[in-house]
Amino acid sequence: MHTRLEFPEPLKKRRLLPIVKLTANYRLCLAALLALATCLLYLSYNVTASWEFTLQFRAKKLLTFLIVAIAISTATLLFQTLSNNRIITPAIIGFDSLYILIQTALVFLLGAMQYTQLNVYLKWSIEISLLVLAASFLFQWLFVKKRHSLYLLILIGVVFGVLFHSLSSLLMRLINPTEFTVLQDSLFASFNAVDPHLLLISFLVIGCIGAFVASHHHQYDALALGEAMAINLGINHARLSRVTLIIVITLIGLSTSLVGPVTFFGLLVVNLAYIVSASHRHRHLIPMSICCAIIALVGSDVLLQHFLNYNSQLSIIIEFVGGIFFLLLIFRNKIR
Amino acid sequence: MYKLNLWALSLVIVLSVTSLLIGSSSLSLDAASLDLLLISRIPRTAALILAGTSLAVAGVIMQQLARNKFVEPTTTGTVEWATLGMLLMLMFFPQASVFHKLLIACLMSVIGTAIFLLILRKVSLRSGFLVPLIGIMYAGVIGAIITFIAYRAELLQSIWVWVQGDFSMILRGRYELLWLAAGLSILAYFTADKLTLAGLGKQVSINLGLNYNLVFIWGLILVALITAVSVVNSGVIPFLGLVVPNIVSLLVGDNLRRSLPLVALTGATLVLFCDILARIVNYPYEVPIATVMGVIGSCIFLYILLGSKRHAH
Repeated sequence: MHTRLEFPEPLKKRRLLPIVKLTANYRLCLAALLALATCLLYLSYNVTASWEFTLQFRAKKLLTFLIVAIAISTATLLFQTLSNNRIITPAIIGFDSLYILIQTALVFLLGAMQYTQLNVYLKWSIEISLLVLAASFLFQWLFVKKRHSLYLLILIGVVFGVLFHSLSSLLMRLINPTEFTVLQDSLFASFNAVDPHLLLISFLVIGCIGAFVASHHHQYDALALGEAMAINLGINHARLSRVTLIIVITLIGLSTSLVGPVTFFGLLVVNLAYIVSASHRHRHLIPMSICCAIIALVGSDVLLQHFLNYNSQLSIIIEFVGGIFFLLLIFRNKIR
Repeated sequence: MYKLNLWALSLVIVLSVTSLLIGSSSLSLDAASLDLLLISRIPRTAALILAGTSLAVAGVIMQQLARNKFVEPTTTGTVEWATLGMLLMLMFFPQASVFHKLLIACLMSVIGTAIFLLILRKVSLRSGFLVPLIGIMYAGVIGAIITFIAYRAELLQSIWVWVQGDFSMILRGRYELLWLAAGLSILAYFTADKLTLAGLGKQVSINLGLNYNLVFIWGLILVALITAVSVVNSGVIPFLGLVVPNIVSLLVGDNLRRSLPLVALTGATLVLFCDILARIVNYPYEVPIATVMGVIGSCIFLYILLGSKRHAH
């Protein structure tokens, strides 16, 4: 099926590169190939130890990268579709700080002993249910009940993020040091040692959500047009947005439990996907943003580790680039 | 008006006495207790009052200059630039005296604040909420640079400990620079009328006969110096300069000549209160005041934001 391309005005004028003429499907194929190539490069570049060891070691890390890439990009994209804007992301309004606050509060209330004795799956479901409850309440209150201006909304979200962050650091100070080590272990799961339980949870979650999103992608196209239009087109708006919110929050919880909060990654990747995918359809946008996320995450790790000799500073660089990009987005949005 | 000031003053006195009496060892009438008071408790309380008053004053000046109610040194990158200055000194001149470090921190925060205010001047903004948002993101970008450099130089932990607002290490001989900040606040009071006029905007204030650029630079220097002094001495106390002027503005309005004393007293009250809270919440251990202030400050900030619907468009 061919999609008709609709470029924004300024792009039409300077359509110099032949790549701009490619249809959305071709672009997607290219992006997928590039993502695959990045992953292969990641696995095979500069192997010094034995192949068996290296592959095993890197494959585990790559798996985490893939899960995080899928979770963050899908969550951010769906959230932006849901809230009809291209600037706010779940991370910017503090959903991942909320997740950390919930974990800290659980250790604080239950004590480290009880917390570690909890079944991993039970613990994860409790945390995610609490997160879904709290974050849905926050979302309803901010986005639905009151009609705030976009900038006020972002500002309130950012300050909520600061509040959650300060609350969890206050609780961390009140916990005694042994209990804090327990908390730290669960807060900062590293890329190198992936918990097999968490991996299983991730596959289940991503599988279910993937199936749902894949079967509903047309409805998301309608949802992106705004509430009135979506209802007019026969979408059960209330139900779809409730389910979508739960999906978004679950994915955020998943990626935060794997790598901790990464504020600007989703924003960067999804905006990149809007630009390069040349389509407004979710069947193109979702895979494209996942591909962008994989290329960005895995690619920059290769770049940092092998070419620049910097280790584990990815989050700092994302914060830096993302902050500047966010400022640019705001300025451009303001000028328009 | 005077009644309010008196109330605030008596509150400050009560809280200061409480602050003097709280601690893991109890006071009695002997020489050891006197030493304890002179070396630790009194300097700490004095440092709290000085930092609280001067940061609140810095916040209110900043708000006049940026013509926005939601800015203060931590939401404009001023603090981050001061920290950057400290970090560079720690890296290249670790032997330098505190005074030299302070000098560089001051210089950097003047530069950083000037950049922020220039950005604001270049892009005339329709929404008032955009200013603090841009400021916070600007601060975040500078913060990322600091983390990056500190990480490379393996100074992450020391800079983090230094910057986090905490008065538990204040002893006699280690806080006196804060008097400088207090002196600057008094200077600010003498120029209060000019700063109030500058807050009306460039064209109005020039029309009223003000040398706008001079006053602007003067205010900028005041803010940057106060911020740098308090960051170097006691670390960052988030949202103080934002919350206090907003409360006072609701009570007595925006004429700085009238409101500045109340701003100073309220700043001292809030800092004393948060520090007492930080000391008793996990008694006999302490929590950094920055953490307590982060919770209380962001709650009040949110309250102000959610109540400000009339500014929304």
